[in-house]
Amino acid sequence: MTTTSDGGGLRRSITFLRILIGWHFLYEGIVKVYNPDWTSFGYLASAQGPLKPVFQSMTSEAILPWVDTLNWAALIFVGVTLILGVFERAGALAGFGLLMLYYLAHPSWPGMEQVNTEGSYWIVNKNLIEAVACLVLFYQPTGSLFGLPRLFSKNNPTTKTELS
Amino acid sequence: MSWTRREALLGLGSIPILGAVWWAGASGTVGKKREREAILERLNIQPSLPSAVPAISGEPVRVGIIGFGIRGEQLCRSLGYATDEWIAAMEEAEALAKAEGRPFTALTDFRAQEPLNVRITGVCDVFDTQAEKAIRSFGTPEQPVKRYRTYTDMIQSGEVEAVVIATPDHWHAPMAIEALRNDVHVYVEKPMTHTVAETYELKEAALNSKATFQVGHQHRQTLSFKTAQDIVDKGILGHVSLITTNTNRNDDNGAWNYDIHPEASPQTIDWEQFLGSAPQIPFNKNHFFRWRKWWAYGSGLSGDLLTHDYDRLNCVLNMGIPRSVMASGGIYTHRDGRNVPDVLQANFEFPDFSTGSSQKPGKERGMTFTYSATLGNGLNRPTMLMGHDASMELGNRLTIWPDGRSTRYAEMLEAGKMEPGSPIYHYNPAATALDGVSSATSQYFADKGLMWTYVDGKRVDSTFLHMREWLSVIRNGGQVSCGIQEGFEEAISAHMAGLSWKLGRRIEWDPQGEQIIPIEGVEDLDAVLLESPPGVGALAPDVVASL
Repeated sequence: MTTTSDGGGLRRSITFLRILIGWHFLYEGIVKVYNPDWTSFGYLASAQGPLKPVFQSMTSEAILPWVDTLNWAALIFVGVTLILGVFERAGALAGFGLLMLYYLAHPSWPGMEQVNTEGSYWIVNKNLIEAVACLVLFYQPTGSLFGLPRLFSKNNPTTKTELS
Repeated sequence: MSWTRREALLGLGSIPILGAVWWAGASGTVGKKREREAILERLNIQPSLPSAVPAISGEPVRVGIIGFGIRGEQLCRSLGYATDEWIAAMEEAEALAKAEGRPFTALTDFRAQEPLNVRITGVCDVFDTQAEKAIRSFGTPEQPVKRYRTYTDMIQSGEVEAVVIATPDHWHAPMAIEALRNDVHVYVEKPMTHTVAETYELKEAALNSKATFQVGHQHRQTLSFKTAQDIVDKGILGHVSLITTNTNRNDDNGAWNYDIHPEASPQTIDWEQFLGSAPQIPFNKNHFFRWRKWWAYGSGLSGDLLTHDYDRLNCVLNMGIPRSVMASGGIYTHRDGRNVPDVLQANFEFPDFSTGSSQKPGKERGMTFTYSATLGNGLNRPTMLMGHDASMELGNRLTIWPDGRSTRYAEMLEAGKMEPGSPIYHYNPAATALDGVSSATSQYFADKGLMWTYVDGKRVDSTFLHMREWLSVIRNGGQVSCGIQEGFEEAISAHMAGLSWKLGRRIEWDPQGEQIIPIEGVEDLDAVLLESPPGVGALAPDVVASL
């Protein structure tokens, strides 16, 4: 493949970013789906910030199982789409939405207690950064470069002549 | 050829990545779960379920309340009766909490409480205001609540089948004995008695009575303690050589400086009846409302709070009365005229007791139970049972850590399946799922007390369970959790601690003779226990109230 001035390095970097984010989402989803004891109860019940009542209302007995299921299903959906590169734009958008929900449930804003964080954050935290990275993936799909769509893509970016 | 391979790699290369991540997540989680199950299986702990009691059938049990103060009101709420004033105060607190976005469930919990088949038919309180409050709040035109001037009037009236005694300590035994002799059922607050002699008299009365007798150690209903019993019985902790229990409180209420009611006066309080056998002193509001601060009516930390911790452990271990007790402490944080200590350390020795051993027979035996208390610091120090094989934190939740030098778990520790720093068992009766090896996160949320709302959707009050058990035994027969034997052990242990503090000496128990071993130079132990030294420091009651 030739590296041209149309941003081959950039596209490859974004592809790499897509795989890493997909990897992260998929693993998070898988460990939840294989652990029947897992629940988002504690995370939701201790929510802070302006949407606290919304998150806390999700902890009601009737809703919680649905929230839990939706959460792991969405995580796996994002993970699979981003890794395989199929429906990657839908996956990126869903990932953005999920991460913004996580960010808003425990915002790293001044005056709010930081729960279970391994670093120090002021307004910006890793959820927010990963969310914005998902936006990049949404605007710059790379499935035709690396992923299943490449197999069906008629317009291969390379135009090398066949060697025999 | 190389072109196709390259295309295939770029097109299909994402599939092995997907597979690898999936496999890693699944095998890791399932593996950890299996490891956890193996540990749990090995430990074989059976978390206990709430014990079912037969229904309180037939006519409602007619209950009389003797002593309608702070605790008396709480006990009535457990019976399903709240005062109008309390409901109004809770509604206000609820509205405030709602406005501030805080959870507040006291009122909802009270309303959700299962109704008990009881009727409060009488009240006996020496303070008019309190007695009238009960009559007004609990009575209806068809079913009025009758006020009795004395406890003997109430007990002998034939109109109450059962009494709840929530008076100052020095009245517990005389009232309970009178009720038992008349075959009236008794629920008496702790400590069961105020002196050693009374303890024997009350035991005699209970054994000779047809009535059901229960001491108000409601924590015997706490589910985690029943599970703890199973854990100790199975030798999971190994030989427990030390138990540490603690009280830390740092506020006026915790130091027994309760509010003084504005309506209190010699006209509204039957002072003479309040004093009873206590030294005859002129009317004193401070003594009336804050009686826990003087030996004449109360027993300070040893009777009031040590008894909780002692009985909690006696319910788990059934260790009985200690062979000896040594206590020390002083009045160091509230020099407001009180004469009971507000800092107390008591060591109870059980030289022959053992929870079992994983080592050479005969190597391990004996245990110290230590109680450490201050009313001048509020740090939460957990109750710990320290065994050769594991340590257990005992509370509403249970957590067990293996000991790094354990004999029983040596293999698993060696293989890295257990680590001294990680809990091998966590029990939370409020959580729906049993957690073998608790993660830091779930531990954190549990510690924050976020899980308790999920006990069948509501929080259960242990005092309610304790009273329900007592009422059920009254109607159906059977055994109560904290009867006369448990009460006897609690009272004697508390009195030994009080005596040791007062005399500055070791107090010993003779298990064969069932008596405190006489102390040279001390004629009458009860005279020592009841002795009222001048209080320490001197602040007027109104000054204390405004502190």
